[in-house]
Amino acid sequence: MDNIVGKKSGLTWAVHISMAVLVALWLFPTLGLFVSSFRTADQISSSGWWSALSTQERQVPAIRVGGDEVEVDGRFVIEGRLFSATDATLSAWGTTSTAPEANAPGDVVELNDGVTLTVAEDGAYVLSSPVTTEGTRLPRIFSTATTPPEFTLENYRAILFEPSNTDGMSRAFFNTLTVTIPATIIPILVAAFAAYALAWMDFPGRALLIAAIVGLLVVPLQLALIPLLKLHNDIGIGKGYLGTWLAHTGFGLPLAIYLLRNYMVGLPRDIIECAKVDGASDFQIFTRIILPLSFPALASFAIFQFLWTWNDLLVSLVFLIDSTGQTTVMTKQIVELLGTRGGNWEILATAAFISIAVPLLVFFAMQKYLVRGLLAGSVK
Amino acid sequence: MSPALQGLITIIIGVGGCVGYFYFSNLFLDKVLYPPTGPNAGRNITRAGMIRPWLFLAPALIALTVYLAYPVVETLRLSLTERVPGGGYAFVGLDNYSKMAAEPKFWEALRNNMLWLIVVPAMSTAFGLLAAQLSDRIRWGNLAKSLIFMPMAISFVGAAVIWKLVYDTRPVGQEQIGILNAVWLAFEGGPMSVLFLKIVPILGLLAFAVAVGLIAWVFVRPMLKAREQVGSGTIPLRLLVGAGALWLIYMSLRSIFGLAGADLPYGVPQTWLTIPFWNSFFLMIVLVWIQTGFAMVILSAALRGVPEDTIEAAIVDGANPFQIFFKIKVPQIMGTIVVVWTTITIVVLKVFDIVYAMSNGQWETQVLANYMYDKLFRANDWGVGSASAMIIMLLVTPILIWNVYNARKEMR
Repeated sequence: MDNIVGKKSGLTWAVHISMAVLVALWLFPTLGLFVSSFRTADQISSSGWWSALSTQERQVPAIRVGGDEVEVDGRFVIEGRLFSATDATLSAWGTTSTAPEANAPGDVVELNDGVTLTVAEDGAYVLSSPVTTEGTRLPRIFSTATTPPEFTLENYRAILFEPSNTDGMSRAFFNTLTVTIPATIIPILVAAFAAYALAWMDFPGRALLIAAIVGLLVVPLQLALIPLLKLHNDIGIGKGYLGTWLAHTGFGLPLAIYLLRNYMVGLPRDIIECAKVDGASDFQIFTRIILPLSFPALASFAIFQFLWTWNDLLVSLVFLIDSTGQTTVMTKQIVELLGTRGGNWEILATAAFISIAVPLLVFFAMQKYLVRGLLAGSVK
Repeated sequence: MSPALQGLITIIIGVGGCVGYFYFSNLFLDKVLYPPTGPNAGRNITRAGMIRPWLFLAPALIALTVYLAYPVVETLRLSLTERVPGGGYAFVGLDNYSKMAAEPKFWEALRNNMLWLIVVPAMSTAFGLLAAQLSDRIRWGNLAKSLIFMPMAISFVGAAVIWKLVYDTRPVGQEQIGILNAVWLAFEGGPMSVLFLKIVPILGLLAFAVAVGLIAWVFVRPMLKAREQVGSGTIPLRLLVGAGALWLIYMSLRSIFGLAGADLPYGVPQTWLTIPFWNSFFLMIVLVWIQTGFAMVILSAALRGVPEDTIEAAIVDGANPFQIFFKIKVPQIMGTIVVVWTTITIVVLKVFDIVYAMSNGQWETQVLANYMYDKLFRANDWGVGSASAMIIMLLVTPILIWNVYNARKEMR
């Protein structure tokens, strides 16, 4: 727009930089969760996720010398290791909590009565004493080690495949899927017929119905909770999948009808009239012409409804989850984890990332349809 | 039976049932009830044509009535009744509402909701507009857009976890793992801290106050000039905008003085979600983060729809990029901005998951939707719960009327 020939705007760099800052701000929170889900509990609690890629220096918890005593050349020797990780290196160690970094690796320290202690760079220590140390209190070793970046899939394995997994994430995953798929397909079908009637059939009261649907678009679903719960209990559905599917269908319909009708109205009139002249019935026109042509609109609503049902918490809390806890969904599981395991970021981050991975995949694969649907639904 | 199998059967029954219903009801209409043959063929065709739309509409209408229209009426009725011991309901008039009005928690929720209603749509729209405008001018704009748009796909609960990690606090002396506290601890009171934590926010607040003042002036000015015709119906709206703007300006000026005199606790990690008043803002940021992508997508499409020749004319007249943006583009997409604003407003009124997962209304962060859930399923008080649901409905109603009015206008 300001690319007038021979004049380059000085603002270009400012634009690039501010956009980069904006994108970084928007990406950082998610990135933090993503990186954290690949780190061990120790790493998460000892350093920020942003330093995950750098070599870290941290204090290893104090370890008391222990192990089998061996007699070598008249001295009693205990050998052991401070940490098992092979690629960590010791940078300093000490034997008192007041001076945990007093000695360098390889130093031989005389403790008392001729007892000597040495710790090598790879964490191996040797305690050597002229008399047996059996029954005496052995010294503690405080150490500082540097560990290279390390990532693990252990968290995912623990949450998804651990048989004794009490956090039930894999069951919740399948429950969520069970809620989502019917709750996405059924409203599309019901809404498509209604949208066709509202777009291409003439009958008294049509304008009024469209206005009513526009009105229902914004009715908060909070209003529906108690009356519907009562209704479900009265007719015997109670809490369960059926009620949840019906509720999601009902709540998704206004947007579905609105989106699909807006799209269908825009289809060329000629095609439909030609088909009518050729003797096609309304039903045939709908299934053979309108449905295939409306694929983009159907796809964009399907994505909306999928994201909405997958991410939903309130409807599942009210209509699905009963006291047995068998029918829990992922969002509910995560809220539970937030309450009970608020500090265990490795579990929390991994669970949350599993639950947002599917919507993110759908989002990146079908972004085009999502954007199209948003534009059709709002700009009008 | 495993839920997955049950789900599969339901899909088959549901989809098959729908298809079967539509197919056979049409067949019945055409072949049995009003066949287009015989002596009354013409009359039958007309009659079938009158009935067919309702066949197509019936399932949707039934679902809409049962799941959306009926609950509105029923909730209104419930909000006027009370459960009597031993079963049944008794009409109690407005008792539930007065009971609710006596609760400080309700007023806290209402006040917070008002703050949410101002801050979230304003910030989402502003950031969305900024992102839309910037990304249109660079080559990697599409990538940038899809990254900013991405939070739309993340559930409110997922977002709550993501932001809890950002706001995480460790005790003094330990390494901070929440990025906000890590940044906070980087400030230790030197001149840079004063610049970033005092001068920049104060300038931001000042800019906000000026912007609010300008918008309000546009609304109020026509009333002060005798020459201009003002529809009498819009006067209350204009006064309301003016009063709201005055309050906002007062609030931002007060914050400016508060901030200028504040003694910030440098070097001490903060538990962000327990600082009264400000913690609501930390929750709002989560929703802004989610909704900005939506605003950006819609506004970006609108910006591309601005006629090129108006922009070219402005360039020829010597307008700088800022003038082009604020004086040429923004006025032309005002309608879209209003649509985005109202859509986000509706999302804000229903916001539940974020507060439920992050603070559950503690530390003065309660909002209406969570208050309602508390009343319904924790206190088991359906009367007051319904009453607070009606308050949410009441707040949505102006937007509902506006939408219906616009839709009718468009159809004519």
